[in-house]
Amino acid sequence: MSRFGIVVFPGTWSDRDCAHALAVAGHPSVRLWHQDQDLQGVDCVILPGGFSYGDYLRAGAIASHAPIMAAVRRHVDRGGLVLGICNGFQVLCEAGLLPGALLRNAALQFRCQPVTLRVERVDTPFSHTCRAGARLRIPVSHGEGRYYADPAMLARLEQRGQVLFRYVDAAGRLDPEANPNGSVAGIAGIVNERGTVLGMMPHPERACEMVLGSADGLRVFQGIAEAGAGAAR
Amino acid sequence: MALLGRGPNRLELGMLGALWSEHCSYKTSRALLRTLPTTGPAVLQGPGENAGVVDLGHGLACCFKIESHNHPSAVEPVQGAATGVGGILRDIFAMGARPVALLDAIRFGDPRDPQQRHRFQRVVEGIGWYGNCIGVPTVGGETVFDAGYAQNCIVDAMCVGLVEPAQMLRARAQGVGNPVLLVGADTGRDGIHGATFASAQFDADAAARRPAVQVGNPFLEKCLLEACQELLGHPAVVALQDCGAAGLTSSCAEMAHRGGVGLELDVARVRRRERGMTPEEVMLSESQERMVLVLEQGGEAAVEAVFHRWGLHGDVIGRVIAEPRLRIRDGLEPVADLDLAVLVDGSPERHPPAAPPLGLAARLAEDPLAGAPVWSPLEAWRRLLASPNCGETRGIWRQYDHMVGNDTLAGPGGDAAVLRLRGRLDALALTVDGGHRSGRLDPRRGAAIAVAEAARNLSAVGAVPLALTNCLNLGDPDRPEGMWQLIEVVAGVGDAARALGIPVVSGNVSLYNDTLGQSIPPTPVVGMVGRLPEAGRRVGAGFIAAGDRIALLGPLGAELGGSELQRLARGTVAGPAPALDLALEGRVQALVREAIAQGLVRSAHDCALGGLAMALAEACLLGGLGAAVDLPGLAGAAPGERLGQLFGETQSRLLVSCAPAAAAALERLWTVGRVPGRWLGIVGGGAIAIGEVATIELAEARALWEGALAG
Repeated sequence: MSRFGIVVFPGTWSDRDCAHALAVAGHPSVRLWHQDQDLQGVDCVILPGGFSYGDYLRAGAIASHAPIMAAVRRHVDRGGLVLGICNGFQVLCEAGLLPGALLRNAALQFRCQPVTLRVERVDTPFSHTCRAGARLRIPVSHGEGRYYADPAMLARLEQRGQVLFRYVDAAGRLDPEANPNGSVAGIAGIVNERGTVLGMMPHPERACEMVLGSADGLRVFQGIAEAGAGAAR
Repeated sequence: MALLGRGPNRLELGMLGALWSEHCSYKTSRALLRTLPTTGPAVLQGPGENAGVVDLGHGLACCFKIESHNHPSAVEPVQGAATGVGGILRDIFAMGARPVALLDAIRFGDPRDPQQRHRFQRVVEGIGWYGNCIGVPTVGGETVFDAGYAQNCIVDAMCVGLVEPAQMLRARAQGVGNPVLLVGADTGRDGIHGATFASAQFDADAAARRPAVQVGNPFLEKCLLEACQELLGHPAVVALQDCGAAGLTSSCAEMAHRGGVGLELDVARVRRRERGMTPEEVMLSESQERMVLVLEQGGEAAVEAVFHRWGLHGDVIGRVIAEPRLRIRDGLEPVADLDLAVLVDGSPERHPPAAPPLGLAARLAEDPLAGAPVWSPLEAWRRLLASPNCGETRGIWRQYDHMVGNDTLAGPGGDAAVLRLRGRLDALALTVDGGHRSGRLDPRRGAAIAVAEAARNLSAVGAVPLALTNCLNLGDPDRPEGMWQLIEVVAGVGDAARALGIPVVSGNVSLYNDTLGQSIPPTPVVGMVGRLPEAGRRVGAGFIAAGDRIALLGPLGAELGGSELQRLARGTVAGPAPALDLALEGRVQALVREAIAQGLVRSAHDCALGGLAMALAEACLLGGLGAAVDLPGLAGAAPGERLGQLFGETQSRLLVSCAPAAAAALERLWTVGRVPGRWLGIVGGGAIAIGEVATIELAEARALWEGALAG
């Protein structure tokens, strides 16, 4: 059993949804306040969705300098797990904990819709409960989710297998129509080189109950829960 | 002057002008609004507070209100729409409720006109921006395009919140000596005289009114919301009030007046965004994201600490006084001193003369399709499917976060949105509805239809309507026709609300939606909340399974007056409005709810715009299934009559589907319920076929429907 900490920045709103989804999955969670530096001994830090600090300057830019992020960096250095969702992914990129950047959606509009993700690797703490090539149905909800990395960086990401989720069609193929924001190479989520930090634009916490349309998001949280207890502290 | 005993100074005149504006005082509509039914066993709070509240039982209540932001949105669409959302959210959390859903009703001119399209897209962007940032889902709405809204658009926003009745806050100042705290944004020069701006016609210089439009900051509002939620039940909080139209003047005056006390304020203590603001500018600024609190003496530090944690600052700007007056100082210098009874209730009620338009009887007697091109049923059907008013709205609502909160069981695109209530079997159903186009000629009927249709939308998912909030958007009441429309619209809302037993718990009136003497069509928008006894039994509008039987609950009819077909074919409104038998309406709705509760029907859809044929097409398109149906007498009918049967907007009708095994039970139910019902056909196949009269391939229908709003 592992413990989850959910960071709350001013402007964060999916902290409540994450806590609910974790409760549904049977995992306790604590809230971590942006001005604190104490992670309260949690195994996995979740940087949830929202508009931290109003997303002024750039999405996630101010949050990446919040006091709690110093503690998150130390946690990452120790091999602790971090899951950044939506705004949390933006924060991780701004903080340099993940490579690349998230740009305005190609359609220049906000998009809230279910998407299909293909799981590209199953040897990470976030995906080990999935089968190779499995497809997950999880919603996106963002205005700035177009993942971008320059060609050299993209080649490195691919070579090191850091792409964990891609937007695909129902048959599991890459398709511009199935890519809600124009992300390069259909990238929906990436991990760091160690595979301990995941940033993803889709919201797994919104897909944890069939009554809401999908329970595929549970895979991510259960994967962390099962792996987290064994991860380095 | 007789009321004050002296002449008012400039500041006092400005304050009186704002509070006596139509927007704040309802001076033209007040007497009429008193005729609406506002009470019922579930009503915990009727009109008069920041929002209405109905009891959901088991320690939970639902707080909701709708409000217009038409004038600002016409001048600056993104900020106008966004601050409309921000304002209605504050009304809800000022009651101590956590906002859980937003809905909106928006209307524009022809979307093929680039200017209209731009305004429409920017309003959608503004609504989305504010709701998405603050993390409250936008779960429903209505979008209408009609030449009547080309000059003055409609932007009405509704917010729904949940609150434990014991935690409910009210905006009543109390306790002489208690401090008044202003928190949130600093006060600037934005939105000065917004309330009077919203109570005037547009002239040729409407664009020059942009400085009267406020600018929104959803991030600040999110912090305010969380801080206010954290303060629920705090012993030091006496009252909480949103600072909305007419700014500090209105929030302080209303708060004191409700509590039967007075307030003394020092404008010098109000933090400002800019230098050199006069007391008048401070008192009338409509800077957004501000709240006013009355605290127990000595509780300031504890409450300010909570705001401080959320990065907000509060300033004590005054105190409660015993005398029922609003006294304003600028430092030591007294600058205003007004009797609250005069300021809040003193505006004289106005009863301008009312008269129906000339030639009304002749227009009501016209043949609805007189002079219109004679379309074949298939041609008419194709045009309706491609109409922006009937077309698929996904292009709009995929720009709104409709899922945040993890409670949206049914989002936009159906008859009503359904929200789960945590830890309970029942659920909340929500809808907004803007009435029938025939309301231009028969405003009373049009308004009654708005209420009936909103209730029908809730019933279509299986929910029992609990209460409604209304936003009456109308033109200049100083024109006899405008005043007549206002009187008729209020009467129509009252007719239907009484007959269906649905109290009106909150609302807003927006008059003077005019440009250069041209009024909008009367547009009563109704927001309604219902309770679904068992969330798991809800049904959607789309067909579920091939082989299911399709039935029409409610009357056959062929009424084309004010219909969407008439709009497409003629552009004008003519002919009689659809009849509305409210007793029958009530029986039809009770029947469909009962059928859903018993699990007899698998889908239910209101027959609204575009009539029976459009309802059938939508049920097919939403379900991805074809259908084959027939109507009695259709094949032999004359061409005009045939169009009426297919596309007429006869009221009190729902299209349902059921498994063959449930058909007998459903038929017994409609017989016992004294509701006309008939079997129309069967779900299935790759086409939508209506007898020998019209058949359209599902793929073609989908292309038209999905393309209606694209581009």
